[in-house]
Amino acid sequence: MTDQNLEAAVSAGVMSAESEHRALLQSIVEVARAIFSAKAASIFLHDEDSDELVFEAVAGEGSDSLIGTRFPSSTGVAGWVLVTRQPLIIDDLEQDPRHARETAESTGYVPKAMMSVPLLHEERALGVLNVLDRSQSVEFSLGQMELLGLFANQAAIALDLLQRARHARAVLTRSGGDAGVIARIASALEDLDDEQREPVLRLLGALDDVLRTDVSF
Amino acid sequence: MAQPEQKPERYTGETLPAWSLPAAASAEIGIGVEWPERVTREWALGGSTGAGIRVCILDSGVQPDHPLVGPLEGAVALRKTEEGEIVVEDDTEGDLCGHGTACAGIVRSVAPDCSLFSVRVLGAGFKGSGSVLLEGLRWAIGQGFGVINMSLSTTKKQFSGLLHELADSAYFRRTVLVASAHNMPVESYPWRFSSVISVGSHEETDPLTFFYNPSPPVEFFARGVNVEVPWIGGTRIRSSGNSFATPHMSGICTLILAKHPELTPFQLKSVLYLTASNVGGAE
Repeated sequence: MTDQNLEAAVSAGVMSAESEHRALLQSIVEVARAIFSAKAASIFLHDEDSDELVFEAVAGEGSDSLIGTRFPSSTGVAGWVLVTRQPLIIDDLEQDPRHARETAESTGYVPKAMMSVPLLHEERALGVLNVLDRSQSVEFSLGQMELLGLFANQAAIALDLLQRARHARAVLTRSGGDAGVIARIASALEDLDDEQREPVLRLLGALDDVLRTDVSF
Repeated sequence: MAQPEQKPERYTGETLPAWSLPAAASAEIGIGVEWPERVTREWALGGSTGAGIRVCILDSGVQPDHPLVGPLEGAVALRKTEEGEIVVEDDTEGDLCGHGTACAGIVRSVAPDCSLFSVRVLGAGFKGSGSVLLEGLRWAIGQGFGVINMSLSTTKKQFSGLLHELADSAYFRRTVLVASAHNMPVESYPWRFSSVISVGSHEETDPLTFFYNPSPPVEFFARGVNVEVPWIGGTRIRSSGNSFATPHMSGICTLILAKHPELTPFQLKSVLYLTASNVGGAE
């Protein structure tokens, strides 16, 4: 295991669990829904290995049971947005029978209007954020477009952190027990107060000294 | 395990002559355009319908029988084979998303008598989409279209150099590339290149209203909010985004080129500047 991977693995041990990452995704879609007074919001992440979009979170209308559903990365509006990296705002979607069927299959909810924006971080397209049936009390404007872009940027940064944590945890799992012990120690250390931590750090320091010394028995 | 995307070959353009202008030749490069004292919108595109200009929609395909799109000159699709080779085939599937049909419909609405050609570079998945896009653009430039509409972009830096070469090649071969700018804070291509006409959205409803942006990189703003567009299944939807501002600008370029076919991309851009709604030649 490289130092970089070990560092990442130990970080994963200290960082929050998968359930907390799910809470982060959930929070993102809840806020997206609230910002636009929308009926629903959802996130699809791009699985680079299988080249599929994975339904990861939903707020509002739609079915939680569909979380984890996969479909090809070029499917429908979300696929278009992912591939072109261009946001797309579409109204009157009920006129598009193919979209209705695809969306119903992938989200359990057929919207009349959709804002779909790519989640871009540096060179990578991490996934797609959809905001479904935003409030129609005001007509769509460039101000809303800018807000959507700004929010998507923030969401993409959060997703990048999440994906890094997942990757690190995968490294931890693959490494067997070795890095796991170190990660658990690091995690336990993080939970101690200063008074408890100090003697443990002394002990670990002594262990480090012993390991660095060329000892032959 | 996923295979890394194959890096495309460098673009090989025409053989390069040596450039100079001997004294005796200076009289031979007269400009074939009668430039008026003041360039106006009426001079630039008044009475034009886009006839004679071939416009390429580099996109998700175009539904050929949509009443708002009309007949297509042709349609091809690019596909990556299992061996990693990219092939160009006649497109029998039409539009896989709706987006290309929307772009084609907008160009048709602005320049009703132009010739539309669909080059589908999307629909085969996310992986490989960058190299397929590049090959599609390379193919389209080779066909000598007057205008290529690109309502798409890539964020992959590995493609930026090749895209830049292709954009410059189009520029010198008198093919106008019209590309969607990003409205998000990301680096993407090809809209950032100065050899293309980059387009963002304004909120007005007149399809011929466009603005020059004195603070580039995005150079022009065209109609891109709440636009009624054709969609797959013979339907219409309302849509917003720079993706739809771009074909408005492509349509305007088509009108100008149809009336003044001798214009180079440089001259066309100058006419666009002079006739922009915020510059003064808009009447």
